[in-house]
Amino acid sequence: MDLERRTFVRTAGSAGILAFLVARGFLTVGDARADLWNKPAFDAESLEDAIDILVNSPAAESPEVVIVAPEIAENGAVVPVGVVAKLDGVESIAILCEKNPHPLAAIYEIPPGTLADVKTRVKMAETSHVVVLVKAGGRIHMARKEIKVTRGGCGG
Amino acid sequence: MAKPMKVRARNADGVTDVRILMRHDMESGQRKNSDGDIIPAHHIQNVTVRHQQKVVLFAQWGPAVSKNPYLAFKFEGGTPGDPIEVTWVDNKGDSRTDETMIK
Repeated sequence: MDLERRTFVRTAGSAGILAFLVARGFLTVGDARADLWNKPAFDAESLEDAIDILVNSPAAESPEVVIVAPEIAENGAVVPVGVVAKLDGVESIAILCEKNPHPLAAIYEIPPGTLADVKTRVKMAETSHVVVLVKAGGRIHMARKEIKVTRGGCGG
Repeated sequence: MAKPMKVRARNADGVTDVRILMRHDMESGQRKNSDGDIIPAHHIQNVTVRHQQKVVLFAQWGPAVSKNPYLAFKFEGGTPGDPIEVTWVDNKGDSRTDETMIK
């Protein structure tokens, strides 16, 4: 009885509704990117591969990027890692654990007005470097810090 | 099904400090069960934090983020009483949104 109308509603589809909401200002750009997840980078099995996928320009080590983390982590399942970048125009921050089965742990996008100062807790399989990449003003800045892990956080 | 987050936001000297504690297994995909089968990865993939509709932080996470994830960051602006809204989405399509007010 109501079939024609139903078909129309279905064809109008979620894409149309999403576009409408964005146009009306109900959603911000962040929503349109809600499924954004860099699968190839998270699937990479070596630090080099993950970095290659994340950045296409060489990364220079920078004293302006500071990793705030303990030198020894007793429990590899919960390693606090903070990143502070004393740089202008930071766009994104990536945190990688060198010897994890999949090194990339997290990517943060930093909109204008948000400080380049984030803290998370990550799992580390074994003692290795934590590597941080910061994109600022179109350039890639890098820092690394070795964290000794007494008990790994990935097996079980 | 997803359990609530704890969200705290405090403004001091024009900067708002946001701290979030989520409840999620963050299963790594590396562990095996008692039968020797791999337990599939189950982890948060995206976190979006908004201050009055504006995205102030967007994160992509892999399974290497610790169980019951903690996230802290700071942004300029924010007034006590303003709402802060946090949403996560995991790799199975589960999601959770919680809100707090800046103190």
